[in-house]
Amino acid sequence: MALLNSVQMARFVARGSLRLDAVVAADLNAEAMKTAALGPHVPHGTPLSKAYPEESLAGKLLRVPEVAGALRSLVGPDPTVDHDAVHVREPHGGSAQSLHADAIIDVRPDAFDVQLMYYPQEVTLEMGGTLSVPGSHLRRVNETDTGRYQNLLGQDRLVCPAGTVVFVHHGIWHGGRRNESDVTRYMFKIRFNPTVRQRLLWDSTDLDSPEVLAALGETFPWYEQATARLELYNRALLWRELTGDEDFDLDYWVTRVANRPQEAAV
Amino acid sequence: MSTDSPIVRTVPPVPTQRQEVLVLFLSDSSLDSRVVGWSRYDGTGETSPTTGDSDVPPYGTGTEALLDGWRLFQASQLLPPHPGHEYDVSFLKHEFMFEKIVQVAG
Repeated sequence: MALLNSVQMARFVARGSLRLDAVVAADLNAEAMKTAALGPHVPHGTPLSKAYPEESLAGKLLRVPEVAGALRSLVGPDPTVDHDAVHVREPHGGSAQSLHADAIIDVRPDAFDVQLMYYPQEVTLEMGGTLSVPGSHLRRVNETDTGRYQNLLGQDRLVCPAGTVVFVHHGIWHGGRRNESDVTRYMFKIRFNPTVRQRLLWDSTDLDSPEVLAALGETFPWYEQATARLELYNRALLWRELTGDEDFDLDYWVTRVANRPQEAAV
Repeated sequence: MSTDSPIVRTVPPVPTQRQEVLVLFLSDSSLDSRVVGWSRYDGTGETSPTTGDSDVPPYGTGTEALLDGWRLFQASQLLPPHPGHEYDVSFLKHEFMFEKIVQVAG
């Protein structure tokens, strides 16, 4: 199992996603394309350890060291499976999904679900790979209420090699794009719920690295001037929860507005 | 009895108007601030803009759209945050809606 390090976790907290390029082997990718099924039906809330037979596609996928390590780092040991799905987008078929966050509005400040998205084939721009918006996961919106937003500056239109796995925070704004190619596109999705407090679940030996701060401070081109500061404020609060460091801050945004001295002047 | 020929009126096709809509999301409440998001809707039916169809904004600022002939018809109000939710982030705040009226064959 390859746990994430603190810099990778910080990037996830900033971007709301983690991309692992071509981590799944060709034979498993071929099996995925052939079966187009993750495994037997899994009821909501099934412990992962009981969800998928070892020989199922999901069972094998979740044993890929990079995948297992990322999942463990993000939601901890033995999460529950919320649901899974196989998304198939026919050539020149269908239309783009409205930009949305999955499920319903979910504003938990100290916990998050992750969604694993697995792409068993190379995805080109024309194939309509998943659109996602970096740094959108802390925005409080309900499902497709963001549908009016067709394009945001710095959006990510996924283009990736076969065997790529992307983990996203439950709040990320995303949508399947229109498939303009001659190739059927497949995406396998599993949503996981944590069953433990999400604190220092990764390899945190590099927690004090300057790269962690740099990663947490990343802003994105679509952020409005003023709201970008609120993004950093909320991100600092999430990092406090994930690390237990109650004094952590980014550029003093949280500390400044929390300063309410109570001691009388002498 | 009139010997005049019947009058034949040839009615030219009447141009029909359709609306094109451009939505720009700007970096602040000023119309000349930079574009951070955009959407298009085409009332002529000749194009079908959709989610994730472009990485390049049509204009750099809202005023550039005006200079290109778009007419502003709605802008977001400036509303104070709800008490207790001053630090929440949610929808984009600075939305400007433009239109162009175009002629199509009747």
